[in-house]
Amino acid sequence: MKFDRTVSTTCPYCGVGCQIDLNIKEGRIISAKASEGKAPNFGRLCVKGRFGTDYTHHPTRLTKPLIRKDLDKEKREPCGMEGFREASWDEALDMAADRISRTFLQSGSSAFGTFCCAKATNEDNYLFQKFVRSVLKTNNIDHCARLCHAASVAGLQKALGSAAMSNSIAEMKDLDLFIVTGSNTTETHPVISTYLKEAVVKNNARLIVIDPRKIEMANFAILHIQHKPGTDVAVYQAMAHVIVRDKLYSRDFIDRRTEGFEQYSASLDACTPQWAEKITGVTADKIEQAARLYGEAEKAAFYWGMGISQSVHGTDNTLSIANLALMCGHLGKPGTGVNPLRGQNNVQGCSDSGGLPNIYPGYQNVADEESALKFEKAWGTDLNRKPGLTTLEMSDAIGEGIISDFIIMGENPLMSEPDLNKAREHLSKLKNMIVIDIFLNETGQYADVILPAAAFSEKNGTFTNSDRRVQLVRKALDPPGEAREDWQIISELAKRVGRRIGQDFSSEFNFSRADEIWDEMAELVPAFGGISHERIEREDGIHWPCPDKSHRGSPYLFSDSFPRGKGKFHELKLTNLSEQPDDDFPYILSTGRVLYHWHGGTMTRRSVLNDISPRPFVEIHPDDARKENLDSDSTVRVSSRRGSIELDIRISDRSPTGVLFIPIHFAEAAVNELTRDIRDASAKIPDYKICAVKIEKGR
Amino acid sequence: MNQISLTIDGKRIQCEEGLTILEAARSQGIDIPTICYHESLTPPGLCRQCVVEVKGARVLLPSCITEVKDGMVVETSSPRVMRARRTILEMLSASADLSEAPDLKKQIDTLQAQTERFKPKVPNIQEPLIDNPFYIRDYGKCILCGKCVQVCSEEVQLSYALTVAGRGFDSRIATFYNRPLPETSCVFCGNCIEVCPTGALKPRKEFENEI
Ligand code: SF4
Ligand code: SF4
Ligand code: FES
Repeated sequence: MKFDRTVSTTCPYCGVGCQIDLNIKEGRIISAKASEGKAPNFGRLCVKGRFGTDYTHHPTRLTKPLIRKDLDKEKREPCGMEGFREASWDEALDMAADRISRTFLQSGSSAFGTFCCAKATNEDNYLFQKFVRSVLKTNNIDHCARLCHAASVAGLQKALGSAAMSNSIAEMKDLDLFIVTGSNTTETHPVISTYLKEAVVKNNARLIVIDPRKIEMANFAILHIQHKPGTDVAVYQAMAHVIVRDKLYSRDFIDRRTEGFEQYSASLDACTPQWAEKITGVTADKIEQAARLYGEAEKAAFYWGMGISQSVHGTDNTLSIANLALMCGHLGKPGTGVNPLRGQNNVQGCSDSGGLPNIYPGYQNVADEESALKFEKAWGTDLNRKPGLTTLEMSDAIGEGIISDFIIMGENPLMSEPDLNKAREHLSKLKNMIVIDIFLNETGQYADVILPAAAFSEKNGTFTNSDRRVQLVRKALDPPGEAREDWQIISELAKRVGRRIGQDFSSEFNFSRADEIWDEMAELVPAFGGISHERIEREDGIHWPCPDKSHRGSPYLFSDSFPRGKGKFHELKLTNLSEQPDDDFPYILSTGRVLYHWHGGTMTRRSVLNDISPRPFVEIHPDDARKENLDSDSTVRVSSRRGSIELDIRISDRSPTGVLFIPIHFAEAAVNELTRDIRDASAKIPDYKICAVKIEKGR
Repeated sequence: MNQISLTIDGKRIQCEEGLTILEAARSQGIDIPTICYHESLTPPGLCRQCVVEVKGARVLLPSCITEVKDGMVVETSSPRVMRARRTILEMLSASADLSEAPDLKKQIDTLQAQTERFKPKVPNIQEPLIDNPFYIRDYGKCILCGKCVQVCSEEVQLSYALTVAGRGFDSRIATFYNRPLPETSCVFCGNCIEVCPTGALKPRKEFENEI
């Protein structure tokens, strides 16, 4: 045997949730392969899952608790390892607990802000939010879903009452017609993209791509609509106009399952394809064609990513899609639906487990008396009824001096928040900052105490993938040095803070294994009632909702009704709040990902993946490059009103003229130095995909 | 689906119409060895290791692509079949390094194939190709089963980075214009590694760990 042993687990990267086998030799992951025959990936992987788990062995892993040397200086400065000293667990935890309880007793619970983590397990996140809610008595908890699918969630909540993907990954091969919009699927959800491509090539499904960039999926499409960035609502409203005008909608579905159609359809009168042509730059006949294809299809599904969601109009973008699905009845049957493709491995699960400011686990509202009483009883303490602040509201609240203490598990806001200058300025004002992480990243450099955590391959628990499948994460190795599993760290911290503020939480944070935490959550969340670690072990993975032990789980949603009862149409007004290009900043900047990297790069930049994609770049259309006198060897400087970065150039007609594209992964040229902190009114998600920039020759 | 009946190795069985002989046999617990067959891929019918003797048929038939017929009489391990399989393994041994093909080694043992029987005209000695950070291609071990090409194109990945180049004796697996992988449409999913039966495709870390 070439390996000492092989451990099956769930991939730590994207929301597809591939099942992988880690081949272990002498305490290291040597290679990974797809688990044979197991859903959802059935033997497939992408480069990140197959080759990218080596970050867990990177020499810069945190192995000991760290305490900042110059604690409590007037202004917090970022520092590398040299700015910290190693400490024992007891010292670090006591120090963290001292600082937290001091704030709690002096300023009360509203002085705390917290981020839980879409990469940690459901169990870690459940316990983290339990700590925040029951010990710190605040609902100021959020995570990066706010910065990614918040607008999809807000829109789908309004329209349907539930925000999860309506289809399972297994259904994808059997599509008839589908629209991919604002998702560079082959790079962001590679395994899902193979099913979507297969649907086209093998099963004659028809694909429409609606995306300003010529992404690889467009090679498989019968129609590619390249609209001007930020004009999504106009495209979809005009499609709806055609569907109403030509009566391509499903009267029966509208009557039985929806409300508000008459009013909505009347609001579409002016939204002709000709009107949209002026706004979107897409010819009217292409919009007509897309509308007919969608309206006439037997079954049709939407798949989207950040292009729809990360926008100041993100909620409206989502609603414009939901409106189309509702009027055509493309919901509730296999092969139909509305599907936000979730980004992180456990972004679905982190929300499910209560990692949001307005809900307890299982989407039970914190402001709802009945839910609050239920959780008070379960956790044996009184709880705060006031919904907390969202990610960027917490950042603002630091700026305003309301929040003085931050506790961050795994997130890296100093790469992921827009307008990093402002974000840094806010963090430097904190009085106390505790970070739990596996590496010292851009955010950790501001921390007072850093507690070293276990990576995905060093812990037990569950991740919930994009199609709501709860899957097991299995421990393959011990954490390096003294690092501990997140939930263990949180338990210790919770007990110590409790003691200092005069409350005894020891029985509430007394777990010896991750599955005991799951069981506590499953008792409180009806949709998890029938799921246990032991059952997932037997059945591989279970789609929630799964209310009891005899329930088989729910691969697709909405077959009989929507969670809000009837699906609701929403009238939409076309606005344009994005920063527009002008003479000084003549280009639109769009941000996104590349295949080989992951978000802020904390993991993939410390992996062999970085060897193939080591440098930040800006993608520019050949015509624009000529206009600006830039050739392929140039180093360029891209600047917005907020900042400026220097990077390589990649000349390609993938992006349309007038639009530059920069990936989000590179700290040395962090694109969020340039982006703008304007937010969607209801989802509070920033406008990452559009801001005005200029480009010039660099050094 | 219609049920039909046939005889495999003297045993009368019922099965669904449309199955291949291989599927029908395996459903009865009768194992037929295969090389180029893979459960989740379209059988290319290339290697002929799965041949069986069907009464009335002139030549041996590849069971992985031959459909069952009502009344068929099949022998899966007659002397003629065994001889054919043994010869295939002996020829493969002459053309590629099978030291990391556990399944083939097992078949060689079971059939007592003489791996030294044929001397290759041109010995297949090749340096492993290391042109990317992720995996190596050691075509000295390649038996041309074509699974990697299948997986990379229509069957799974739809990236079309690999192809069969050349004809006849000169056939080999290659990228278009023999370009290094980073210059092709390869996305390093490694799904080709997963199906390679001989270790010709291998993660670099495994490769480096062995030397
Ligand atoms: S790793 Fe490259 S060659 Fe192999 S299947 Fe994937 S895309 Fe094709
Ligand atoms: S490289 Fe492997 S999978 Fe590809 S043809 Fe050769 S033996 Fe078969
Ligand atoms: S296994 Fe049947 S021809 Fe190769």
